[in-house]
Amino acid sequence: MTNDQMTTEIKVPTMAAMAAEGKQPEILFWVGCAGSFDERAQKITRDICKILHHVGISYAVLGTEESCTGDPAKRAGNEFLFQMQAMANIQVLDAYEVKKIVTGCPHCFNTIKNEYPGLGGNYEVIHHSQLIQQLIDEGKLKAEGGESFKGKKITYHDPCYLGRGNNVYEAPRAALEILDAELVELKRCKSNGLCCGAGGAQMFKEPEKGTKEINAERMADILEAKATIVAAACPFCMTMLRDGVKHEDKEQEIQVLDIAEITVRANGL
Amino acid sequence: MIAQSLFIIILIGAIYLFSKNVGKIRRNILLGKPADRSDNPAQRWKTMALVALGQTKMVKRPLAAVMHFFIYVGFIIINLEVLEIMLDGIFGSHRIFSKPLGGLYDLLIGGFEILALLVFTACVVFLCRRNIAHLKRFSGVEMTAWPKSDANYILTIEILLMTAFLTMNAADHKLQLLNFGHYIKAGSFPVSSFIGPLLPNNAHALEIIERSCWWFHIVGILAFLNYLPYSKHFHILLAFPNTYYSNLHPKGQFTNMASVTNEVKAMLDPSFVPETTGEPGRFGAKDVTDLTWKNLMEAYTCTECGRCTSVCPANQTGKLLSPRKIMMDTRDRITEVGKNIDQHGKDYKDDKSLLDNYISREELWACTTCNACTDACPVNINPLEIITEMRRYVVMEESQAPASLNTMFGNVENNGAPWKYSNADRFNWADE
Repeated sequence: MTNDQMTTEIKVPTMAAMAAEGKQPEILFWVGCAGSFDERAQKITRDICKILHHVGISYAVLGTEESCTGDPAKRAGNEFLFQMQAMANIQVLDAYEVKKIVTGCPHCFNTIKNEYPGLGGNYEVIHHSQLIQQLIDEGKLKAEGGESFKGKKITYHDPCYLGRGNNVYEAPRAALEILDAELVELKRCKSNGLCCGAGGAQMFKEPEKGTKEINAERMADILEAKATIVAAACPFCMTMLRDGVKHEDKEQEIQVLDIAEITVRANGL
Repeated sequence: MIAQSLFIIILIGAIYLFSKNVGKIRRNILLGKPADRSDNPAQRWKTMALVALGQTKMVKRPLAAVMHFFIYVGFIIINLEVLEIMLDGIFGSHRIFSKPLGGLYDLLIGGFEILALLVFTACVVFLCRRNIAHLKRFSGVEMTAWPKSDANYILTIEILLMTAFLTMNAADHKLQLLNFGHYIKAGSFPVSSFIGPLLPNNAHALEIIERSCWWFHIVGILAFLNYLPYSKHFHILLAFPNTYYSNLHPKGQFTNMASVTNEVKAMLDPSFVPETTGEPGRFGAKDVTDLTWKNLMEAYTCTECGRCTSVCPANQTGKLLSPRKIMMDTRDRITEVGKNIDQHGKDYKDDKSLLDNYISREELWACTTCNACTDACPVNINPLEIITEMRRYVVMEESQAPASLNTMFGNVENNGAPWKYSNADRFNWADE
């Protein structure tokens, strides 16, 4: 049975449906644009839902009521568009009296957590890696009943907006530490981590002229670490790292997996 | 008496000139826009103590950190000796602290000598790194003739000052042993006693050497003080206020523009009456005066170490962007604006700006906003904020974003996502 077949068993609740029943979920899962539309990131989105479902947290998503946080507009200098998006989103979130949000993307996480309060949107915001860490700490998530990572060499690529941007370095690592795997750090990691090349709205434009691509530079670190699994925690890093692996023709040897996917696999969800 | 008067004149002149030039830098910094960094003083003092005083961010590169620490501690502690030299100069005394301090004086002078040797060594190592080993960090497009010379001048001056200090002590020590004139037995000379044998034994020759070195050392220090405002070495002063006024928010958090908030609120709610902020109507930064005073202070604080550029993903992959260049361009431009004010009055406008005349659009658009530069800076300088402010100008005032970004803006505006997908399909992932 593949992971995707499992999802059919999970009905993902929306805020609108819950509100109609007079219910208020404990936490809102903010999916993000990549998580909603990017085919690879959609799998991660479904895996985050599986984790939420598995541990029995009452959650909901906004579904079609969700809209871009405005992050790429803001990093690109379009403050108007960012604030338009932010205020519209805050209206929706406040209408549903949202208190706590988990995001599937470090960019959404950073924007809602740090930049929405100044515009009147105050929520407790965590990234899904932090949720996973919490669940592990509470003993609700283990690494059993699923795929064994024993002996596998796993490394982790720090997303800028989770790591340097918000000092979240340990949570994603905690999700890997419970696996019986061999963990290796990349040469440039944690606060020294090298960007994948997608941030600052680079995802949506061609790079400036240079001598190489940033993700190719990052691939050198990954190859040097001799990891067979690269753990990611950001859908944009995911795209850049996968492109890098593809470019090096290493798709057979190196898998790029999100922290949520690894957790789902380890627990056989 | 003549020597005393001459010394006092030189001292007053040096302090006057230095204050005048520092005043100009202060004025230039205050040409920037307001930014409130008055909150949370406890956290600010702590940041300053750790980052500037404790140099905690230097340790990422251990060799440079240790060498820099020698020079830094040497600089601060040897200043106690400079205080004595100044008092001797003013009162015509010799080793004025030796009597009141007694045995402690010997310990201090001995300590200063060891520090002087460490400073000397560190400066030689730094010169070698720059001029023989040619570390990549010290090159780059912005490292033109002047920045390279500036670095070499600073190191050479420090070597000369330390040499003068040690030679002075060596001569003094020999004169003490000869019981010559006013050269009372004071101090211990763990380093300069090795220089002694190189000096003549004639008391008058020794006195000439001792006096020459004394004058060279103190006049050298006063000249060096006046070199600071023209040099990257000014960081020794600005590192402290600059870290005090650090950004205390998470690095990922960009400022929300209040001027935009007013317009957006008015758009969403026609009955909204914006508070008048009195700000001129330019979004983002075209020139240095559109930046905040903190951005400008950072520009003057930068000591061009290049740690930012060496970790910049864009720079490492051959793009034009160099965060150090952003800071140096900002400093050079604000210095130019300041000079224009001095020469032509405060309303003078030349036809130049930071954007295009100094920083190109290609540099601005190469940034991934990854914060590697801000994290790497040993004195908490933030080149990213300047880049963002300039992007804001290019996008909101000129509508000159790269075409693909305009497409992204259009998608966000119309579909609520940066790609061209219908918002109606946003929840389709749940059905697969």
